Amino acid sequence: MLLAAITIGVVIVALLWDLVLPSIKESVERYKARRAIIPGSSHDPGRERRAEARARQLLRSCVNDEEWSMYRDLGFIRVWGALARAPRRGRIGDDPRAGAPYAYLVYPHKPIVAYLPQTSELLNEYCVEFPDETRPYGSARLPDSDDVLAKWMALTGDERRLLATANMHLPGRQVDPKQVRRDLWRLSQWERERLRGTPRSPGEVPAP
Amino acid sequence: MKPGHGEVLIAEGDVEVADQEELLVQAFRRQLDLGMWAAVPERSASGRREARMVKAFEEIPRDADRVIFFPRAAGGA
Repeated sequence: MLLAAITIGVVIVALLWDLVLPSIKESVERYKARRAIIPGSSHDPGRERRAEARARQLLRSCVNDEEWSMYRDLGFIRVWGALARAPRRGRIGDDPRAGAPYAYLVYPHKPIVAYLPQTSELLNEYCVEFPDETRPYGSARLPDSDDVLAKWMALTGDERRLLATANMHLPGRQVDPKQVRRDLWRLSQWERERLRGTPRSPGEVPAP
Repeated sequence: MKPGHGEVLIAEGDVEVADQEELLVQAFRRQLDLGMWAAVPERSASGRREARMVKAFEEIPRDADRVIFFPRAAGGA
């Protein structure tokens, strides 16, 4: 009789143990999680802003006065193309636009847009990035103004190499053509205002 | 140029002083080995500012006041 009672008791305890054990474990885990020390994030919210401030200073020290003012006021820079022939839009046969002055709009972290200033015709988009694979500061993206400066240096220093590196697309793939045409209109207004207002400084050179 | 940081001074010195020039050469080569492009901002004959891309230390004008290194361009999406 006693043996039967003990056996029943052991079985009851074993069954209860199976029922209670998971909730005990969960409670212990929850307690540990509450007490765990979470390492603080080293992200400095001001770092990106300081980086951009430094980048703007560097950009300003490199580009022409007119280009700097353009970037400050409009958010992009126009760079005149220096190749003998404007980039083509994949047209077969003679292109009547060959030899026409052409230019690029350089936006931060957006494709470079090639266009014909005389007609505002958009030619191509050149998708190019300057990724730093070493990611020394946790991000592969250059500050906005550094991205613009890198494109400006690559375009003015070795336009052909940059175009060969970039992925070329027809206009409108990433940059909205309506936005570009609006920017070209803003640019023309801005230039008109500038011509009306101040005499040309030594750093400014007329378009070719 | 460094992502998330902006401009970083890598090395400075006078190319007319042999020791300092050697340090500059080493720093230049290290950056190119890391895959960076190098450019010298300068003013063209017409007065327009532009950049000169350089692939060797000897290509840098002796009177250049700085060389800017930036990540090599790659085709974007």
